[in-house]
Amino acid sequence: MYSEKVMDHFMNPRNQGEIENPDGVAEVGNPKCGDIMKIFLRVKGDRIEDVKFQTFGCGAAVATSSMATELVKGKTLDEAWDLSNKAVAEALGGLPPVKMHCSVLAEEGIHKAINDYRVRHGLEPWKEKPGASHAHSDDTCEA
Amino acid sequence: MICGDSGTMSGTRRVYLDHAATTPTAPEVVEAMRPYFSERFGNPSSIYGIARESKAAVERARGQVARALNAGPDEIYLTSGGTEADNWAIKGVAFANRKRGDHIITTAIEHHAVLHTCRYLEHQGFRVTYLPVDAYGRVDPSKLADEITDRTLLVSIMTANNEIGTLEPIAACAGVCRERGVLFHTDAVQAVGSVPVDVEALGVDMLSLSAHKFYGPKGVGALYVRKGVRLDNLLHGGAQERGRRAGTENLPGIVGMGVAIERAEARREEYARRLTALRDRLYRGITERIDHVRLNGHPTERLPGNLNLSIQFIEGESMLLLLEQAGICASTGSACTSGSLDPSHVLLAIGLPHEVAHGSLRFTHGESNTESDVDHVLETLPPIVERLRAMSPLYATFRRSCNVQ
Repeated sequence: MYSEKVMDHFMNPRNQGEIENPDGVAEVGNPKCGDIMKIFLRVKGDRIEDVKFQTFGCGAAVATSSMATELVKGKTLDEAWDLSNKAVAEALGGLPPVKMHCSVLAEEGIHKAINDYRVRHGLEPWKEKPGASHAHSDDTCEA
Repeated sequence: MICGDSGTMSGTRRVYLDHAATTPTAPEVVEAMRPYFSERFGNPSSIYGIARESKAAVERARGQVARALNAGPDEIYLTSGGTEADNWAIKGVAFANRKRGDHIITTAIEHHAVLHTCRYLEHQGFRVTYLPVDAYGRVDPSKLADEITDRTLLVSIMTANNEIGTLEPIAACAGVCRERGVLFHTDAVQAVGSVPVDVEALGVDMLSLSAHKFYGPKGVGALYVRKGVRLDNLLHGGAQERGRRAGTENLPGIVGMGVAIERAEARREEYARRLTALRDRLYRGITERIDHVRLNGHPTERLPGNLNLSIQFIEGESMLLLLEQAGICASTGSACTSGSLDPSHVLLAIGLPHEVAHGSLRFTHGESNTESDVDHVLETLPPIVERLRAMSPLYATFRRSCNVQ
């Protein structure tokens, strides 16, 4: 059911863990859906120097967290903001349709952590692009 | 079961603990079926020699099923499995008795073969009451009595739950229905071969079973229908099954089911004793090694082979993926394996919070399992739980709250 890449990231997750006193942090998802992701950022200048995640969820939830953190590590906040759920899914060699919501959650986690950093630094939070995959998915399981 | 060299790092050992999903067809059942594919292949409805042989084989199997249930052979109808039997019983009674009423009672924890059939009937204008269950998954017969009205046609309550293994008080519920003149159906798909299923002792009017749950083949089952019960046909066509169920008989499957049910009945008591011991060993072992585990289902009134647990702070599918790496086949009520995003309706009905339902694991033991299989799980599971908890934000939050206190 999962691609080799998904299984690799599930079995050997990259960037799993916690950052003490992070510069930005966000928790997305909810227990009802069975997925919760927490993203921690360490930012130097405008670059993501380090990123870690904690995830409660299925194989796809762990793998998308792992891949999303790998894709944004070392990127500027601007570049990281452009990370889409599709890019995460593609980098994993595709996800089963019922698991696409996991990639949406990963994108949302990165976005919210970036905005947490911005708010902490007195900056306006960036707005989701209209039609962004998670713009209206706060408390529903429908991705 | 051990396949290949179990001593190597590649670990080809397989421990199958998902017998509630399906069982392997027993070798002697396969042997009994074999001649009915290419040698004794005649259509039981024809009149020449090999057809008469086929007809006799079908009737022999019907007799074997009837004896196992303490029913008459003319009360056994052969079907394509448990799902067809459930559909037929419920739709058949509803449509045949439409003039007499429009109300059906079932439970919140039935198999989808019953629940989705009931939902379909709601679209057809019937009313359905879904009885709640207690924290162990048991229905209260007095609550059932309260819900029966003069419009009630049918009550359908499963003998044993497929997920949490809880046994329902079927004789008491059937008694309530008989007193009130309401037909009673039970889905006994999980129960046959594991616990006594005697239609007279239980007092049921209809009962569904499926061969592949008791070491018979897939794609064959039966519906017991007490003499005199009126129900519409589900499948229309030829005159098979005394005009009640059309379609050329699944001859090898039916032969296999007959042999399998006789075999299961002969072994049942020893089977149940063995499975109960394995299940209890696994449960004890897990609770000794892992904390924050809860048993789902009734502690004693449950199927002998069924162990259903919630392991808190982690999710079921990720546990299954890691168990599979060690050759262990199990199951979960987490949404993540169902194709929907909601966890099992059974686990929600017994009152589990969503995140605890997502963390459920079901191990269902069977004939091939040994103490060594159980010990393999006991070695494998604790590090998996530790690994996933180390990753879980829920566990991190829980740990912090403990440290604060």
